[in-house]
Amino acid sequence: MTSKNTTDSSAPVNPNKIDRRSFVTELMKHRGSGLVVTGLGSPTWDLFAAGDQSENAYLWGGMGLAIPTALGLALAQPSRRVLAMTGDGEMMMGIGSLGVVADQAPSNLGILVLDNERFAETGRQKGLSAGRTDLCAIAKGFGIGETMLVTEQGKAAELAEFLFKRPGPVFAVAKIAVTEDPWRLPEKDGATIAHRVRTSLGLEKP
Amino acid sequence: MATTTAHWSDDVFREIKARDIKTVCTVPDGGLTQLLRKVEADQAMRLVTLSTEEEGMGIVAGQWLGGTKAMIAMQSSGVGNCINALGLPTSFKTPCLMLVTMRGQWGEFNPWQNQMGQAVRPTLEAVGVKCFAVDKPGEIGETFAAAADMAFHGKLSAAVLVGQRVIGAKGFGQK
Repeated sequence: MTSKNTTDSSAPVNPNKIDRRSFVTELMKHRGSGLVVTGLGSPTWDLFAAGDQSENAYLWGGMGLAIPTALGLALAQPSRRVLAMTGDGEMMMGIGSLGVVADQAPSNLGILVLDNERFAETGRQKGLSAGRTDLCAIAKGFGIGETMLVTEQGKAAELAEFLFKRPGPVFAVAKIAVTEDPWRLPEKDGATIAHRVRTSLGLEKP
Repeated sequence: MATTTAHWSDDVFREIKARDIKTVCTVPDGGLTQLLRKVEADQAMRLVTLSTEEEGMGIVAGQWLGGTKAMIAMQSSGVGNCINALGLPTSFKTPCLMLVTMRGQWGEFNPWQNQMGQAVRPTLEAVGVKCFAVDKPGEIGETFAAAADMAFHGKLSAAVLVGQRVIGAKGFGQK
């Protein structure tokens, strides 16, 4: 990857081609019985836009905690596949959690970073994955052996196979375009979200 | 009921097992050494080593979503790392049980510990965490049990603050 050396945080686009909404929607067609935990902001909107269901654990806060939350869930539900889907900013804030994932090594956990190299929600300020930083190399360095970098829209099915089927923990980065998408906001009451997830697992009554 | 055993961590471990808490997340502290050894040695339990304490808020919430009881054990300095993260269990209304071994609170030798040590209770209470301070070794078991029951039955965040009078202040051989 070339270093872009731009300091213009208002730069409207990155060179990435993948359209996040349609890509995540395509990906989720292959989730099966998978549980999905999303990082706050756009990944949460993307998952809701792809289809609301009880197995979606939407986070609206706690930046850096999408992967720890998914890890806790994966360890508690070893027979279910769990996906953590987050953005590059959230990933960088919680980067140490990759070390915890590697140490615990749950075979049912996949991690996807939707990487637009920007803090897209706050004014498209350039993020830390925009230049020299290679997230897949970081994951490998922590000890997550299986990684995948996706730059093409048409790779959604292949990525889904990797994230939902390959023995985990697995880690992928999808280089997504900076886009202006309509707001798609799911339930924001955390207790309701948690209750839905637990109900879907038979842990609580509807 | 107050009990006295060889070490205060025996009382805590007994209450952990009595409640079927299966996972202990931690950034280790000297005061937690004996307890963490017990957890690690227990085949039915999982010790999760964290890179920073706030990860524990996510893991414990995720464990509860999946039907497992978990808790976090940390030094008081780690509490400062958890404040924003505590919004996760609070919003999910999932239990978050914290065992905090105190520094900077009683006979502290290292002044760098004092600021956070003395801010633990006010900052935790500011974000809605119920605090239970323990300053006598004989009271740790019942206090931990009380905090755990309020956390898991009330689905709230609770912290047991184990004072340096219980742990013993670290001196590094200095007078």
